[in-house]
Amino acid sequence: MLQTDQYNINIGPIHPSTHGGLHVEAVMDGETIVDAIVHVGYVHRAVEKIAESRTYTQFIPYASRLDYLASHLPTMGYVQTVEKMLDIHVPERAEYIRIIMGEFSRIASHILFVGSLAIDLGATTGFTYCMRDREKILDLFEMTSGQRMIASYMRFGGFAEDLPEEFIPAARNFLKNIPQMFDEYNHLLSGNEILQARLKNIGVLSAEDAINYGITGPNLRASGVDYDLRKAEPYGIYDRFAFDVPLGEKGDNYDRFMVRLQEIEQSGRIITQALDQLPEGEIRAKIPRIVKPEKGLEVYHRIESAKGELGYYIVSDGGEKPYRLHVRAPSFINLMVLPLISRGGKLQDIIANIATLDPVLGEADR
Amino acid sequence: MEHFFVNTAHALVAWLTGLGLAPGWADLILLVVQWIAVIIIVILNITVLIWLERKVSGFIQQRLGPNRLGPFGMFQTIADAIKLLTKEDIVPSQTDRMIFKTAPMVFIIISVMLYVVIPMGDGMEIVDLNVGLFYFISIGSLSTIALLMAGWGSNNKWSLLGGMRSVAQMISYEIPLAFSLLGVVMITGSLRMSDIVAAQSNIWFVVLQPIAFITYFISATAELNRGPFDMPEAEQELTSGAYTEYTGMRWALFFLAEYTNLVAVSALMATVFFGGWQGPWLPSWLWIIIKTYLILNVFFLIKWTFPRIRMDHLMSFSWKFLIPVSLANILLTGAGIEVLMRMGW
Repeated sequence: MLQTDQYNINIGPIHPSTHGGLHVEAVMDGETIVDAIVHVGYVHRAVEKIAESRTYTQFIPYASRLDYLASHLPTMGYVQTVEKMLDIHVPERAEYIRIIMGEFSRIASHILFVGSLAIDLGATTGFTYCMRDREKILDLFEMTSGQRMIASYMRFGGFAEDLPEEFIPAARNFLKNIPQMFDEYNHLLSGNEILQARLKNIGVLSAEDAINYGITGPNLRASGVDYDLRKAEPYGIYDRFAFDVPLGEKGDNYDRFMVRLQEIEQSGRIITQALDQLPEGEIRAKIPRIVKPEKGLEVYHRIESAKGELGYYIVSDGGEKPYRLHVRAPSFINLMVLPLISRGGKLQDIIANIATLDPVLGEADR
Repeated sequence: MEHFFVNTAHALVAWLTGLGLAPGWADLILLVVQWIAVIIIVILNITVLIWLERKVSGFIQQRLGPNRLGPFGMFQTIADAIKLLTKEDIVPSQTDRMIFKTAPMVFIIISVMLYVVIPMGDGMEIVDLNVGLFYFISIGSLSTIALLMAGWGSNNKWSLLGGMRSVAQMISYEIPLAFSLLGVVMITGSLRMSDIVAAQSNIWFVVLQPIAFITYFISATAELNRGPFDMPEAEQELTSGAYTEYTGMRWALFFLAEYTNLVAVSALMATVFFGGWQGPWLPSWLWIIIKTYLILNVFFLIKWTFPRIRMDHLMSFSWKFLIPVSLANILLTGAGIEVLMRMGW
């Protein structure tokens, strides 16, 4: 018998497929993974500490920068948390616009997920197709706030500006093209035999493990657990819309991929309904210029972000700055399951596993 | 136009002997000229090919591709070559210097050697070896060593993985590659390239040997380390694999060698399966260029559409599928030849 040795190989922090500064220390036996150790913190920006030295309003742009791929969703979570503290009622129109912007963000994030998965598997063409489609959403964001990626469009009690005239036709046009988009993705990616061989039965995460690890979002639903905060605990006006929660069966990489593809469709459904029902009226509630919640107020609020359950915990000491702000970052918690699903796989699988867990390192490291 | 290059060669020899040179010396000078011609062909091809691949991939990916330098960005490759030539040549301190430095040279020399036996037109092979096809396969398999040298000499785990992968992959795909060509050899009864081309004057071997063609195409893609089989490089996983530590012109030499191999294999495919230089109206050397470039475009299409296959799938695909299929093809061809001979063909 040949004497063989295990060796460690460092995937990242500088590596083409780690989606930012992620460092995975893989213990390898040949090409087989014995163990994987996740090191995070390379993109740590002390966002929670920064929050303590900024006023409530000043923190809105920082919240956008948590999950920069779906920037409206973390902003929405933060804004709603503060509104919950101050008991502000948001005007109807603003609520609808929030749904529209949030779901567009989710679509943008999921499209980028498909694209980055494609490029991690070596299918560069899938990546450019997805980027092309995501551009259209970024164009929509640019119309509303002038910013493409990190749009600090939301304010406490509503929005900074109303939707421009050209937004609604452009948004409807995008929604009309979703089936055609899917046709291309299915031809190029999900129908491809190599891609299926690379994803099916790889990185299996059982429902039990997913719950034990605190996995949320599409990753949890891919394991077959029907838990979507938009349905389970509707925030905002999500209870007014009809949509399905796509579920996977096995919890392998292919399920995680397909669940996200189907979520794009469902988000499209929500946006269509919201555009149809969009009322006229105010877009911003009357709130004091300087936000000062009562002393000793503690609030936790959670939303279903593109990556999972995003929660904000804010403690107020009566000043104009939060005493403490904590973010429950789904990317960070989802990433912790990587060693479990990677063990026993091949080196190439770990890349696919990272891609399908879809972490955003800006959110994981905060 | 048909015999332009052949006539030029004859004229050169005649002129040299006219100057009073012994015929042996004249032939030697001709050989040197032919080698220079091959190197020029290789370099010109690569300049065009890199540009073409970028344009084709741009077309597939709905981008423009290079479009700044010259018409349709045609001078982009030249600009890139100048950039690579002027880059700092970094040899990391922990490498095995000798092996690290020679690996790219070995690779490019081996790939240029492939051109010796390819008939680039009517009577335009440099040496018409009686074991031409065998020579091509055996020289082609040597490039494994260059990749292993690069992987091992770099003293980097990623590179080592890339090098090891390339060895495993190339050895596995060598076998179906050789087996698929055997069917053609059985029909022709010769390993000489000119005989193989001559045997296709009525019908191309792609019609007679479709299974062999498909197995050859797949194993050639793997042998060339091109997508979806670009394991040794695998940018997304191995951060460029065996080439990770290389910079500047050393890296570019690997790149050149890969393209040189690509052209050689496509030209061989045109020769063995698509009637070589034979074709109506146009001169023979133009026909082989047209056929080679059409095949190259198929390689491009495949590379830019498919995801990368996994290493163990790749190995089992070769051993469990391609080798049995190519063996069955040999059996089928043998039976077919026997039956046809009894029928009095």
